Amino acid sequence: MKVAVTSKGENKDSVFEGRFGRTPYFLIFDTESDECKAVKNPYSQEASGVGPRAAQLLVDNSVNKVITGNVGGNAASALQMAGIEVVLDRNGGSAEEVYNKNKA
Amino acid sequence: MKIAVASGKGGTGKSTVSVNLAYSLALREKVVLADCDVEEPNLHLFFDAEETEKEVKVPLPEFDMEKCTLCGDCARFCNYGALIVGKDKLLFLKEMCHSCGGCRILCPADAVSETEVSIGRILTSQPSENLTLITGILNIGEIKAPDVIKDVKKAAEKITGSQITILDSPPGTACSMVETVDSIDFSILVAESTPFGMHDIKLAAEVVKERNIPACIVINRSDGQDEVIEILSEEMNIPILMRIPFEKEIAEIQGNGEILSAHSEKYQKEFLALFDEIQKMAGGEA
Repeated sequence: MKVAVTSKGENKDSVFEGRFGRTPYFLIFDTESDECKAVKNPYSQEASGVGPRAAQLLVDNSVNKVITGNVGGNAASALQMAGIEVVLDRNGGSAEEVYNKNKA
Repeated sequence: MKIAVASGKGGTGKSTVSVNLAYSLALREKVVLADCDVEEPNLHLFFDAEETEKEVKVPLPEFDMEKCTLCGDCARFCNYGALIVGKDKLLFLKEMCHSCGGCRILCPADAVSETEVSIGRILTSQPSENLTLITGILNIGEIKAPDVIKDVKKAAEKITGSQITILDSPPGTACSMVETVDSIDFSILVAESTPFGMHDIKLAAEVVKERNIPACIVINRSDGQDEVIEILSEEMNIPILMRIPFEKEIAEIQGNGEILSAHSEKYQKEFLALFDEIQKMAGGEA
């Protein structure tokens, strides 16, 4: 299974990002190998429509679950339609810590 | 000549200035008054005339899921995030769509067609021989105000015999205001002399300056001093061409839904003088 974590940077020890559509990076973990790849979010600085487009990015990367701080209305509809599970973490920490806490 | 009456802040007196300027001008020539404040149009309250109605429609895509291969090209193309293509279905967020038609053009499976939906209305009336009023109304729940404003402006252009169009802008400096001041000749910025008023009129002034639209300031509810606006006028090199005083009598006339210029020859003349000055500044003919 593939789990995406919103992250301020491209490494596992980068700070967890609380916003979904405007996250600078998605760290996509493979739950079998715990391997991680960083996908830059090209929409983080765009004016509008960032949530649904970020959701499409996750669909295109075959993500099954996303861990983030908060998800907007349109993004939530998009993620639900795409069958991507949403886990909200309000405590923060490093991207890897948040992943380990919520991956199961 | 197209003149937009704008202000950063709501409630400064845009409608007062629009209505009185149009009324005064209509005493001597043909004028079109266009209410572009489509989320809350109010100019019609000052006039009593029969209206004709026309719908405002925008194109929206429609998806044939028999043909759709879920390739996702449309979703990756859409700049507004209106489309998301999942593993087994597609989600279209209608409010996000800007009707560009891109998804229909690029769909490799030819699964997208176009349909029209109504988002508002345009009302046209003839309150006097020389005055045509056009009112745009955005349907409740819709968000595409600029599309209705575009149709208001198109309807105004179709009125023959008139050389002057006065556009009453929505407040603020967001999309609706920018759409209203697009390709106009002059902008009247209605200000009130308060710190808030100054802050907001400055934003509006910056929008029109950026677009090289000549502008003037009209101060409403003037106390005769108006320091903050005078400083701004000097700083931004935008002249103050008129001051409407803060008087109970004016408020009463307005409050009764009546037109100040219809009551007072003094204001009739002042609004005509304002127009003559604007014409000089815009450097064009009427």
